[in-house]
Amino acid sequence: MPDNVANSPLLEVDDLRTTFTIPTGDVKAVRGVSFTLDRGRTLGIVGESGSGKTVLARSIMRLNLGTNVTTTGTAAFDGNDVLTRSPSEMRQLWGSEMAMVFQDPMTSLNPLVRVQRQVTEHLCRHLNLNRSEARQAAVDLLREVRIPDPDTRLRSFPHELSGGMRQRVCIAVALACEPSLLFADEPTTALDVTVQHQILNLLSREQADREMAMVLVTHDLGVVAGRTDDTMVMYAGTVAEYAPTVSLFADMRHPYSEALMRSIPLTSFPSHTRLAAITGRPPDLIDPPTGCAFSPRCPYVQDHCVNEAPPLVEIDDPAHRLACWTPVGSPEALTAFEKNLAAGLPQAVAVDVSTTWSPTGGVDG
Amino acid sequence: MAGTGKAHLRPGDDVLVTVEDLVVEFPVGRGRTVKAVSGISFDIRSGETLGLVGESGCGKSTSGRAIIQLPRPTSGSVTFRGVDLADLSDEEIRQRRTHIQMIFQDPISSLNPRRTVGDIVAEPLRVWGPSDASEQEAIVDRMLDSVGVDPDTARDKRPHEFSGGQCQRISIARSLVMLTNRGNLHRSRRRSRSSSRSRGRGRGRLLICDEPVSSLDVSVQAQILNLLEDLKAGYGLTMMFIAHDLAVVKNISDRVAVMYLGKLCEVADPDTLYAEAAHPYTDLLLGSVPEPDPTVEIDEGLIEDGELPSPSNPPSGCRFRTRCERVTDLCSSEEPQMRAVGDDHFVACHHPLAAVAG
Ligand SMILES: Nc1ncnc2c1ncn2[C@@H]1O[C@H](COP(=O)(O)OP(=O)(O)OP(=O)(O)O)[C@@H](O)[C@H]1O
Ligand SMILES: Nc1ncnc2c1ncn2[C@@H]1O[C@H](COP(=O)(O)OP(=O)(O)OP(=O)(O)O)[C@@H](O)[C@H]1O
Ligand code: SF4
Ligand code: SF4
Ligand SMILES: [Mg+2]
Ligand SMILES: [Mg+2]
Repeated sequence: MPDNVANSPLLEVDDLRTTFTIPTGDVKAVRGVSFTLDRGRTLGIVGESGSGKTVLARSIMRLNLGTNVTTTGTAAFDGNDVLTRSPSEMRQLWGSEMAMVFQDPMTSLNPLVRVQRQVTEHLCRHLNLNRSEARQAAVDLLREVRIPDPDTRLRSFPHELSGGMRQRVCIAVALACEPSLLFADEPTTALDVTVQHQILNLLSREQADREMAMVLVTHDLGVVAGRTDDTMVMYAGTVAEYAPTVSLFADMRHPYSEALMRSIPLTSFPSHTRLAAITGRPPDLIDPPTGCAFSPRCPYVQDHCVNEAPPLVEIDDPAHRLACWTPVGSPEALTAFEKNLAAGLPQAVAVDVSTTWSPTGGVDG
Repeated sequence: MAGTGKAHLRPGDDVLVTVEDLVVEFPVGRGRTVKAVSGISFDIRSGETLGLVGESGCGKSTSGRAIIQLPRPTSGSVTFRGVDLADLSDEEIRQRRTHIQMIFQDPISSLNPRRTVGDIVAEPLRVWGPSDASEQEAIVDRMLDSVGVDPDTARDKRPHEFSGGQCQRISIARSLVMLTNRGNLHRSRRRSRSSSRSRGRGRGRLLICDEPVSSLDVSVQAQILNLLEDLKAGYGLTMMFIAHDLAVVKNISDRVAVMYLGKLCEVADPDTLYAEAAHPYTDLLLGSVPEPDPTVEIDEGLIEDGELPSPSNPPSGCRFRTRCERVTDLCSSEEPQMRAVGDDHFVACHHPLAAVAG
């Protein structure tokens, strides 16, 4: 392998845009996302429900997007743009080089086919195993993802497994052919914390052993904090903030990131603590705001924000990138907040109220 | 008699649903069965939220589905408003849809891909709601709006055009449309003659939520949890809330039950449970919650191997004994029974972490 390939990032995504054309207009689900991912590293993606995380992953994988879709930009995998490859070239990559764990396991498992056939077919196709070898490999895979009694489980239909078992079957299938890039879209939502811990350990072992890179989409900020190298925060199809995970959690600068942190329920909160939610709804992606996408809900919003969208730029730490005119913690942000609060802007009032800690009831909104 | 006991059940008229000795087994071929739920009992008072947590595959969804008799339990009783649902015909169960709703796990695949979102959410109203179409539409719009989905853009789209979390909210809206529709009370009574028997014990409607917020970002999750709390207060909604996120369960619940391999381990109010877990499995769970702080060390090396206990051939005695650090001989020979360790705090363990009361 030539040097320049070995040193270049495994995945380099530049200005990716994905649009769905529907009768009422164009849904701009991903609106210019760029990032790079090196071998063996993990990128965490968090963001508002509907912000384009799944569409972004599927656009790069070129999977299940339908016929009414347009994708532009580039996504170079190992130096070659996957967006221009033919369907048959993509089929070569799927499974063996790039694999994906889908958000809802039932959408990738065939409900009418026993688990065994779904796992072994994949193994036979990609690893050239005969049937009995494939069956043994399937048993080993299910055991590895902590499914009890794998022999019996292989004879089950997907609906006969629990939600978390289905999710683990999908993880097993994705790992089977030792991909060098794994997209894991909410891979542990149906797992209890002890099994989740084991599955994440299994993934990090794969990463250490084979330099597998991973894009981990998750809403669990505990998982992001503990298991990723870099974190990208998405909002309405764009990147709001993108930084090494440690610096992001130490210093959240985007108002949306800050709002997310404020909404996390912790086990240390008393039961029935009123949780802080962001007021309002995310923008309509057919006709998104011209200025900052978060401006209709941002407690720090100023006139400038509504007129012009902030670019994603490096701040003090060059690895920390931010798309916001007045970062959280800056004097300008404080002034804007006080002004908005005085004017009775609902999103400012909500933040003000939600941060008033009451000793009996906790945070009260 | 094997069974984890019923010391935690509460007598009284304010109990809406009582599940006793519930057993659910599935045949898995070659004469073997999976014992998904092996004799559990629990109750939920009117207006109360019972949180249910436990290992993946331990039988939480099966327990929730057993309440709505889907499928019918192998044995045990499910008493709802004084009537054992197991005695009712399928049609009589169906008529209780205005009183019991379930939000299923796997949001995307549980929505009909061929229907529009407007239709999906309005569907229960077509049978049970107000007859006026514009009134129905207003209810649908209000419900979509309260789960944070824009009714104007969503109404004519189909499920695959939505994100995972949007689908999850649509399925929440569908269930809530049914349960918060005051107009249906009268009509459903008229339809169901047998409901006259059901008066007298426990009032209100039951919402069984199976991982209802697992696909939502924390802000939308907060919005939905707040909405459920408001509906609970406004409509006296009673809930069973199944989830893996222990902070979410603590937040929403009035009482929490912990399950392991088809059995109940521990029951308590959330503040007590999280502060003084008495069952070793509860303690293990609480100790494994990942914290939103990247500087906290995690043990990435830990990968347990060896056979896991299986629900088709569970360990004798205490089912947690193959993984428990406090295990003794007693644990394999005798099944622990539920007993009180404090005020409204019950545990099924021979050697609990908290001293046993009285
Ligand atoms: N096939 C489609 N046609 C039209 N719009 C679509 C389609 N698929 C997705 N969308 C829209 O694109 C946006 C992004 O969706 P995506 O599934 O990527 O969100 P997400 O960030 O993964 O959210 P979640 O956390 O809820 O899974 C959403 O607003 C969704 O409604
Ligand atoms: N229809 C079925 N046929 C056979 N086995 C089944 C069926 N439904 C569930 N099971 C089995 O019953 C057990 C309990 O499953 P259940 O779905 O109740 O678990 P769960 O606690 O909800 O898990 P998760 O947290 O992963 O969703 C599992 O071993 C599962 O495989
Ligand atoms: S301060 Fe302005 S630019 Fe920054 S997030 Fe708020 S609205 Fe957007
Ligand atoms: S009964 Fe024994 S094995 Fe079971 S949890 Fe208690 S101490 Fe552990
Ligand atoms: Mg998604
Ligand atoms: Mg389940």
